[in-house]
Amino acid sequence: MKTLEELKKIREKAQADMKLRSTGTRVKVIVGMGTSGIAMGARDVMKAFLDEIGKRNLSDVQITQTGEKGLTSMEPVVDIVIEGKSAVTYGEMTPEKVLKVIEEHIINGNVVNEFVVAVDK
Amino acid sequence: MYEKIFAKYEPTKDNLIYILHDIQDEHPQHYLSEDAVQRVSEYLNVPVNHIYGVITFYTMYSTKPRGNNIIRLCESPPCYLKGSDNIYKKLKTVLGVKAGETTADGLFTLEFCACLGVCGNAPVMMINDDVYGNLTEESVVTIIEKIRGGK
Amino acid sequence: MKYYRSHVLIGISDAALQAGVKEFETALRNELAKKNLQDEINILETGPLGFFGKGICLTVYPENIQYTDVKIEDIAELVESHFLKGRPVKRLLFEEALKGQVNFNYANRIVLKNSGIIDPENIEEYIGAGGYEALEKALLKMQPNDVIAEVKKSGLRGRGGAGFPTGLKWSFTAPIDADQKYIVINADEGEPGTFKDRLIMEGDPHILLEGIALAAYAVGATKAIIYIRGEYKLCIERLRKAIAQAVEYGILGDKIFGTEFSLAIDIKVGAGAYVCGEETALIESLEGNRGNPRWKPPFPGVKGVWQKPTVVNNVETIANVPFIIRNGADAFLQHGPAKSSGTKVYTLMGDIARPGLCEVDMGTSLRTIINEFGGGMKKGIKFKAALVGGAAGVFLPDRMLDVNMDFESLKEYAAVLGSGAVLVMNENTDIVDMLWSVLRFFRHESCGKCSPCKLGTALLYDLISKIKKGEGTMADLDQMVMVAEMMQQTSFCALGQSPIMPIKSALDNFRYEFEARLNK
Repeated sequence: MKTLEELKKIREKAQADMKLRSTGTRVKVIVGMGTSGIAMGARDVMKAFLDEIGKRNLSDVQITQTGEKGLTSMEPVVDIVIEGKSAVTYGEMTPEKVLKVIEEHIINGNVVNEFVVAVDK
Repeated sequence: MYEKIFAKYEPTKDNLIYILHDIQDEHPQHYLSEDAVQRVSEYLNVPVNHIYGVITFYTMYSTKPRGNNIIRLCESPPCYLKGSDNIYKKLKTVLGVKAGETTADGLFTLEFCACLGVCGNAPVMMINDDVYGNLTEESVVTIIEKIRGGK
Repeated sequence: MKYYRSHVLIGISDAALQAGVKEFETALRNELAKKNLQDEINILETGPLGFFGKGICLTVYPENIQYTDVKIEDIAELVESHFLKGRPVKRLLFEEALKGQVNFNYANRIVLKNSGIIDPENIEEYIGAGGYEALEKALLKMQPNDVIAEVKKSGLRGRGGAGFPTGLKWSFTAPIDADQKYIVINADEGEPGTFKDRLIMEGDPHILLEGIALAAYAVGATKAIIYIRGEYKLCIERLRKAIAQAVEYGILGDKIFGTEFSLAIDIKVGAGAYVCGEETALIESLEGNRGNPRWKPPFPGVKGVWQKPTVVNNVETIANVPFIIRNGADAFLQHGPAKSSGTKVYTLMGDIARPGLCEVDMGTSLRTIINEFGGGMKKGIKFKAALVGGAAGVFLPDRMLDVNMDFESLKEYAAVLGSGAVLVMNENTDIVDMLWSVLRFFRHESCGKCSPCKLGTALLYDLISKIKKGEGTMADLDQMVMVAEMMQQTSFCALGQSPIMPIKSALDNFRYEFEARLNK
């Protein structure tokens, strides 16, 4: 059980985390894991990220999940958030596309335009 | 099996639906046998006819033995618009059974169900706990073959 | 060093090369030279520009203006307008292009503001997004009656279908002196095409839990039950996790935040019956019975689960409450028209470019919803009709798409608002066939308790099947309407009262299709 004071601290810490201010995280990968996403293969996409990020030992990349944004028909949907840059939403992701996103976007910093469905400007 | 499930619930009538869910999930043939109904009746002190009334009311229960994998194809208007009829035809051919029937190898039971709420990806079906979307006549074959191969 | 007043960065990417960026650059240089601007405007090649335009993209400094999908044909206008007269070409701006893109409308969301952003399985992310602040505020600074007053003031109306004012509903149960009161959440989302509640529960389960806690505090309930469809496996799993986390953090349980308020939330899983979306049928199901609706009155607010006062609210309704308490009723009233305040979640499907969901202010027209949020029709096909509100919904033709989606504007069709399902059909869709599918659904889902519905749904299915096969007569069409009208007047619950809506709207708007199928 947490006191109200503790809740306040959790809130502040969580807010900082979301803005990637927590130590060591440079990139956040957010995989949409709602029913639609999973129905369209989000689990494989998540697994591909975990495998490849692990294999390349990219310790500054954090992988997490979220619910649906509203792009049912473009699932699986993945957000890439890099500190100081606009969040990019990729759609219709597959394990193959994951490799390209890791290589080009996460490592080299170049957005893979052809997979982009939205950008948080 | 029954004792383990009964231990989770107080013997009150309001737990009937959840006990039936658990028994059906645990049973390898995913159904509620006469024996099961009798045992639940004794445990809850609820008449057998009440239990059958409940079982036949809800579509998720079955009194007939079913396959290892239950395919539930959505037949509601959004999926119908997107061609669920063709998917049904394909499933019939691939499985060799109609809706409500189980394949001879006991691997699949084909059923219809009402809207699964994944309509943005219509047509959809559920196999056990997993939802499959944007079905095509090709993709259902792949999905079925994959399960057949992985048994 | 040469001084340029302007720098044009041309992004060289695969997409740009394919779009002919080299020829473009030459043409641009020529055009600038023609206007004698070559010494004022500097052209630079660079890598991909880091924004996400299509084709050839430019960034112009010092203004930092971004152009996307620029073609050789645009050069003359670009040079004339931007570089000569200093007026950026609006239609080529990246911001303009963005408008045609996906609009998530996050800034305006209330119930789905976190879905697609936070991790639904991590309570700390919900807390970080301002979660449980409303509960803290209510428990520490407000009396239960203040909470009810705030919700009343907000004008929140039920999102399950009937549109009953939520604060008023609570105010019936609050003053009753009972040893136990319940909050029951109707998460038996069964209306075909409707999945708004699933999105909330899957994407942000804690917003529902916080709303429940606020409702429970307001009416004096210490137990809450979420009655959820058995098919919603992921929702069930996420809600269970969320409840466990909330208990662990002391947000649910005994003496929450050190106050006298205690609450336990339980999940009950349904077993597949559309009629259980009717609140009294749902209560019957909770008690371990067939889900047959009960006679009203007494209403559940007075005698509900186990004859105890019970507030039954829909998931989407309750998910609005944390916002209202945290930000105040006035903030809520900023959304939508006066008598239909707040937002509404719609699920979009069928022959549109981008099936999915949107949450927009009440009162937004169907046309805007389909075009702006659903991306319009799929390329190359034309709109014919939208089935709005699921099976118990209405078929609307193009000329009715401008109606504003709120309780007042929709009047007789207001019941379809709750579901929020928008099924878009193209010009080749057979309306007779679609109505057949709708009536097949009702035949299957009638609970059999009352004769008008039990017999009526079967008769309607027989009639539409006959018409579908081309064997129907004008008398069959008339009988279909007559039967549905009789069902509307005499059926026990909303299920039997509903088929008139799809039937009448289909016949009112697309009668010619039915008549063409008759056996004359």
